[in-house]
Amino acid sequence: MADVSTGLGAGRVDLRGDPRRQRRERVVRVALFGTALFSIVISVSIVSALAGGAVEFLRRLGDLGVLFSAKGWFPRSNAFDIRAIFVGSVIVSVIAMLVAAPLGLGAAMYLSEFASPRARRRLKPILETLASVPSVVMGFFALRFISPHVVQAIFPQAQFFNALAAGIGVGLLVTPLVASVAEDAMHAVPRGLREASFGLGARRRATSIRVVFPAAVSGITAALILGISRAIGETMIVAIAAGGTSGTTLHLDPLVGTQTMTAAITALATGSDQVRGAGPAYYSFFFVGILLFLMTLSLNVVSERFVRRVRRQY
Amino acid sequence: MVRTPVGVVAAREEVRRALTGRRRDIGSTLFQLGLLFTLILALCILLVLLGQVVSHALPVLRDRGAQIISSPYSSLPARAGVRYGIIGSLYLMLFVILIAFPLGIGAAVYMEEYARDSRLNRIINANIRNLAGVPAIVYGIFGLAIFVVLLGDLTSSEGVHGKSLLSGGLTIAIMVLPIVIITTAEALRAVPRSIREAGFGVGATRWEVIRSHVLPNAAPGILTGSVLAMARALGETAPLIMIGAVQGFLATQGSVGDTLLGRFTALPTLIFAYTKKAQPEFQDVAAAGILILMGTIFLVNLTAILLRNRYEREW
Repeated sequence: MADVSTGLGAGRVDLRGDPRRQRRERVVRVALFGTALFSIVISVSIVSALAGGAVEFLRRLGDLGVLFSAKGWFPRSNAFDIRAIFVGSVIVSVIAMLVAAPLGLGAAMYLSEFASPRARRRLKPILETLASVPSVVMGFFALRFISPHVVQAIFPQAQFFNALAAGIGVGLLVTPLVASVAEDAMHAVPRGLREASFGLGARRRATSIRVVFPAAVSGITAALILGISRAIGETMIVAIAAGGTSGTTLHLDPLVGTQTMTAAITALATGSDQVRGAGPAYYSFFFVGILLFLMTLSLNVVSERFVRRVRRQY
Repeated sequence: MVRTPVGVVAAREEVRRALTGRRRDIGSTLFQLGLLFTLILALCILLVLLGQVVSHALPVLRDRGAQIISSPYSSLPARAGVRYGIIGSLYLMLFVILIAFPLGIGAAVYMEEYARDSRLNRIINANIRNLAGVPAIVYGIFGLAIFVVLLGDLTSSEGVHGKSLLSGGLTIAIMVLPIVIITTAEALRAVPRSIREAGFGVGATRWEVIRSHVLPNAAPGILTGSVLAMARALGETAPLIMIGAVQGFLATQGSVGDTLLGRFTALPTLIFAYTKKAQPEFQDVAAAGILILMGTIFLVNLTAILLRNRYEREW
């Protein structure tokens, strides 16, 4: 504490305060800034680790044509057709969104437009509990329940490991995310718009579909894009339920085993032979990883743009 | 003869029906029920999932009881257990608490309380949000490249090749860091400006205001967010697989250092290993592991919710 009385005695007040106190202030500030800067360090090391490995992969590959012409993605036999696992990721994500979009948006609209505050409090934990299910558990469920009792019951020709069961599992896991972002967007629509609609004689259904939905459309788009991003990055469900442990060919059939970009990485990592050393297989981690990183990053950035558009409007 | 236009007649008819008809029409009711159905469906799926897990797990738990918790990994289903998985997961939580919490809370305090609207700070902010959206598996590849391969000699004892508890713990802590930062920042934003201004008004420095006023008032929110981040870390599997915790065991003999630098495993990776096995008996062991994992996550989440309800304040 600054000694105010001596300051007054000398005829002027020293407002700079105790130097020790100021030093502590500076130290704390620098330390906190350091922790904030640490996130930049993480990003830089993620990108450089991925990029370094990816470049090494391409260098060892030699002929880049292999990425588009091999018979599939079988890293252990040096077949690196990136299209095979990319298409696998797209198939699983499309299936996931076919599940998550109606479930998530329907739940969001009910919670935002129809549910009483009491019902909301009762119903929301359903989504929160679903969101807390670990992906390895959803993978177990997809393999042991969805595949035999849902997919194979409808399509008897489906294999036990199939992309459809994995996609449904991923969709269920993504649903709470879609619902929560979309509900925020609908919630942000000003009351006045709804009341104007009611005043014109529209019922709740017409108001939800014709007024609230269009007004919240950019937030809803953001929710769907975020869902796709999460579905592409989801690993364990696909690694467990979609099969294709050694690799996959380029195909579009969701009823047979397949591999996504994420599952391809874990399949290679869990192999008993612990791929390392000279071949390009080890470095394919980084190549697939950086593609995954860039895809999810661009989807997240686009999604954020959409969210911000809503905020500016109201 | 004056003829009323057809449109007007139709409109009149429409208005008359709207005013005299029943207030609730079938379409609206069906629509509302349809929306409610999505939530009911989600609830049913959850119940089926739990039912599936419990029906698999109950027979094993009845036959073997606590033995399943005390046995290590085994390739014989009758002797397989989750012991080292539980211990490994507890160690990983320690990393989250000791590394991710202080770093995350520090970064959030800086971003909310100190940072001006400069270019660098905007970049840091955008960077944190982007990090939160990076898939878990990418953190695994990052951990593999940095902690396992690049720093392998530092992070593990000989023969472990970097695939140590330390590497896994650091990777998991870094993975949940953005979540901790974002939830903490939210909790700090909820503390009203007037509280800070009161502190500045009596001559406190910025740090003194933060320590004595802002942090205590934001503590429940920070705690809730941190606990939720911990629940998330508990169930994470993919990054640990990349680090090399597939089945393995945990070096619990010897000093803490030996454990840190030795091979490791965690509950979710053990569940993955058992689920992958073809013999049906392993499915039951996996289900028992899932029951323990989900029970723990549920308790952790419940703690967070209770904390929030107990200490939450409306300003």
